[in-house]
Amino acid sequence: MNRFDYIRPASAAEAFAEAARPGSAYLAAGTNLLDLMKGGAARPDRLVDISRLPGLDRIETLADGGVRIGALVRNADLAYDAGIQRRFPAVSEALLSGASPQLRNAATLGGNLLQRTRCPYFYDVASACNRRTPGSGCDALHGENRLHAVLGWSEHCIATHPSDLCVPLVGLDAVVELEGPGGAREVQLEALHCLPGATPERETVLAPGELIVAVRLPPQGAGLAAHSRYLKVRERTSFAFAVVSAFAGLELDGGTIRTARVALGGVAARPWRARTAEAALEGAPASPDSFARAAEIALADAHPSGENGFKIALARRLIVRALKDALAGTPEAPAALPASPFAPHPGADHAA
Amino acid sequence: MPLDSPAPIAPYPRHGSNSGQPLTRRDGELKVTGRATYAADNHPADLLYAVTAVSSIARGRVTALDVAAAKAHPGVVEVFTPANRPPLAHDPDVKLGMFGFRIEVLQDDGVRYVNQPIALVVAETLEAAVEGAALLNQQYEAQPARTGLDDGERYAPAAVGVGAPAHTAYGDLDAGFAAADQIVETDITTPAQFHNAMEPHSVVAQWDGDDHLTLDMGNQALVMSRDAYAVYFGIPAQNVLIRSPFLGGGFGSKAILNGPQILAILAARQLKRPVKLALSRAQMYGPVGHRGRTWQRLRLGLDGEGRITALHHQSTAATSSFEDFLEPAASASLHAYASPAILAETQGLRLDTGTPGPMRAPGEASGSAALEVAIDAAADACGMDPLEFRLLNYAETEPGTGRPYSSKALRECYSEGAKRFGWAGRPLQPRQMRDENGMLVGWGMGTALFPCPHFPAEARATLRADGTALVETAGVDMGQGAWTALAQIAAEALGLDPEQVEFRSGVSDLPDAGVAGGSGHTASAGLALHNAGEDAIARLAELAGADPASPLFGAGNIGVVARAGRLHRRDDEGRSESYADILARTGKSMVVGTGRMARDDAAAQAWAMYSNGAVFAEVKVDPDLGVVRVTRLVGAFAAGRIINPRLVRSQYYGGMIWGLSFALHEAAQTDRRTGRIMNADLSEYRVPVNADVPSVEAILVPEEDRYVNPLGIKGVGEIGVTGTVGAIANAVRHATGVRVSRFPIRIEDLL
Repeated sequence: MNRFDYIRPASAAEAFAEAARPGSAYLAAGTNLLDLMKGGAARPDRLVDISRLPGLDRIETLADGGVRIGALVRNADLAYDAGIQRRFPAVSEALLSGASPQLRNAATLGGNLLQRTRCPYFYDVASACNRRTPGSGCDALHGENRLHAVLGWSEHCIATHPSDLCVPLVGLDAVVELEGPGGAREVQLEALHCLPGATPERETVLAPGELIVAVRLPPQGAGLAAHSRYLKVRERTSFAFAVVSAFAGLELDGGTIRTARVALGGVAARPWRARTAEAALEGAPASPDSFARAAEIALADAHPSGENGFKIALARRLIVRALKDALAGTPEAPAALPASPFAPHPGADHAA
Repeated sequence: MPLDSPAPIAPYPRHGSNSGQPLTRRDGELKVTGRATYAADNHPADLLYAVTAVSSIARGRVTALDVAAAKAHPGVVEVFTPANRPPLAHDPDVKLGMFGFRIEVLQDDGVRYVNQPIALVVAETLEAAVEGAALLNQQYEAQPARTGLDDGERYAPAAVGVGAPAHTAYGDLDAGFAAADQIVETDITTPAQFHNAMEPHSVVAQWDGDDHLTLDMGNQALVMSRDAYAVYFGIPAQNVLIRSPFLGGGFGSKAILNGPQILAILAARQLKRPVKLALSRAQMYGPVGHRGRTWQRLRLGLDGEGRITALHHQSTAATSSFEDFLEPAASASLHAYASPAILAETQGLRLDTGTPGPMRAPGEASGSAALEVAIDAAADACGMDPLEFRLLNYAETEPGTGRPYSSKALRECYSEGAKRFGWAGRPLQPRQMRDENGMLVGWGMGTALFPCPHFPAEARATLRADGTALVETAGVDMGQGAWTALAQIAAEALGLDPEQVEFRSGVSDLPDAGVAGGSGHTASAGLALHNAGEDAIARLAELAGADPASPLFGAGNIGVVARAGRLHRRDDEGRSESYADILARTGKSMVVGTGRMARDDAAAQAWAMYSNGAVFAEVKVDPDLGVVRVTRLVGAFAAGRIINPRLVRSQYYGGMIWGLSFALHEAAQTDRRTGRIMNADLSEYRVPVNADVPSVEAILVPEEDRYVNPLGIKGVGEIGVTGTVGAIANAVRHATGVRVSRFPIRIEDLL
């Protein structure tokens, strides 16, 4: 590990100033950054520890009925928040399907949004990676890539964004509040992460020194609470990143879909909002045919980036399953195996 | 030693015998309170930290290392490269003994595999050593990496595994196939797997002068390793002391010397300070062995009734470019099922990889995985229930040799396991069962089998003046429970409770306990301890029998029974005397007995000896998403006399979970262009988590074996892996109709 400076700023303003200097990185829980530093994939000169900045660890209900979640709220606290569980249950299920209890106790909301890809070539400093070292090439492209992107990738980078949490958040129109040397601004979560194009090293729209201070969930998302589900296909039952994951939320008008939200995880460099599929669903009958059509539309632009063509078929099927589960109704209690197809019903036997 | 004083043990009712009791681990409290010291927990004064720089290419040579940059980093003390590596007394390119391998210790600038050590950086702190290694900025002249069947070099090996024949034939294979009504072919590939012990390979090396060496290290073969280190460093064996009280897992990878540890010992000698080295997880993917890849094909000839008429098991097994260890997968077919003709043969394949080595059930695991799938396919082809098929082809005597089995309660394993699992009523056709959520349900089974090797072992037992005992052997506890089970055996031989027995083990200056491997440690070291205990009792009886003041006077020809710290006359148990009283009156402070592992060679030749078992698996498969979950595993095993059912059950669980891991999870992802392993970490090299193993059950089927050894003990450490892999694959087939041809089974195989 390289030698680096460690700074614990007393105020947000001091944090922005330090973090805007070249070579700086923000440190919160460090559940991702420290791994990267130990392996040499990240070599910051300066860590700006924001974990003690005041006021960033609250979950507030806003006057309009929305929710504002501070960037330092821990994953576990967010997942078990009663209001979140009641009004945005898929957020809780997605969180509980990720990492391990120990990691969820430490990891923060802001860090979750900004976590780096799990592409092994990004972590392996002996491999070429345009995202880590611009212009070096992409060894993943013809390498071990069965879990890589099928949407929005380019010849320069086929990595995916690994977050579970971001998938329902992007489906719920989450807004990211930023503050930095240039003042405060907001971006839609959907627009926070960049697709790789020719500049995969540019992972988000954040400016140097800019900090995520909160994420807002608009109140409309709570309207999906009765019919929403997050499902995650992974290669072991816990402690694995998604091969593909899907969020589906519905508002129904009798047998007709009034509002539909569909998002995918593990398929692209950003949490993938499937707006065309949503448009096809809205106004359509809540039926298997509608779901299958929406799944086709959602993946219409998908292409394998390597030995991962199966992920396209898998994503279609997962969308259909998530929509069926959402139609059947949100589980009344957190599932025994969060987001697993093996525990679809509340109270299902953990051992089933 | 932390176990010099016996740890408190929860009292269990005992009825004259210590073995067979489910005692909890004597070292359990030390472990759960963090007081059990593993190698890297040692911090002698003046300690230096060593880190290997490793190659990022698979073949070629190192052309430049920026040693100056590394040495300029604050805290770096020395950088060892081929240019200044101190001499060894033994050529590392010459094999040393049965478990000796050619070792990479900076003997030249050549690179033979990814993660090969190419320099050793020694520093005042671990962080400085790690950064020093990163600053070396090595440059290479690279050659193309040979990573698969297409570009590897095939060859006809002299041996497989550790000295087993590469080609074994029984009967007339051609005649067997000619007599067959049908021939069923099965192709299976298995990936490279890595031991991934929780505790990485580590060592703290301290020299006293230039010729006395103390090593704190996890080690599965203390005395054998001591002797080998002595040869490498040119000092007498008795000048090497290895301390290995606990291992955080070994699985075969800590029985063999490796380059990084030797380099750290060299550095300590050169720098005249203690040196610690602990491999990172990623660095364990190369220089410390792995289970080599296999490409297997099985052909089974079957007659009209479903009897096997010929069995041909071919395997191509990968090894390194410079050393031979071939996973003896085909050998698994030699002993499992009756067939008039069997041929097991292995072809070697040289790849630019680290040398494979023995990994829990080497050959038996990967070979059984393929064989049990082939047997299931054969049962399918005959329209028979897989259990019925196995019973029809039950080997009443050892295939090929015709030797009788020393014991074989496999039929009981089949029936007990099937009953517990609820096998009866299983539909023959696949895709017939669903659960209440619409998941496909499948049931599969496999036969488990493991031989009973024994290793030379010695032990010492001392009866002390206070009536307690000290027993000693250089045993190895890598988690399996040797601290407890071996003490139970010794206590029984001495007629004492385990609380009264101080057990010294885990240090190389004790009597040689042999290798903790081959599932033979309890039998081998246990037998030595048993014999040492009996010897001590015999000597005590001699003292008493010759003493006119003893109630046992004159008992010599009649004999005595040792029980609860007293010797009793065999013909009159009312006449007895305590050990302490015998010693006190005869003026002895102690009586010392010795013993060794002694198996009747004639018996070992006359009888075929195996542990047996049957594993039944239930899987659920999402019909749309291809996700598999093993919802139930039931194994029934017969392994002779069971010393400690709690520990044995734990071994079976561990083995079966390992089998689950083999079937569905574990595989090194090697980039075929570079030979780099892209998942050299515990996040992406997947092993099961608790949620993957909702239900696992092990049944201990009683079995008495009068021939395997005088204690009747067989091995339990590895058998659980065998049978399980195939059982799960066969259950997946039963659920989905898909017959897999590779492990691990993946989502895309079932979509």
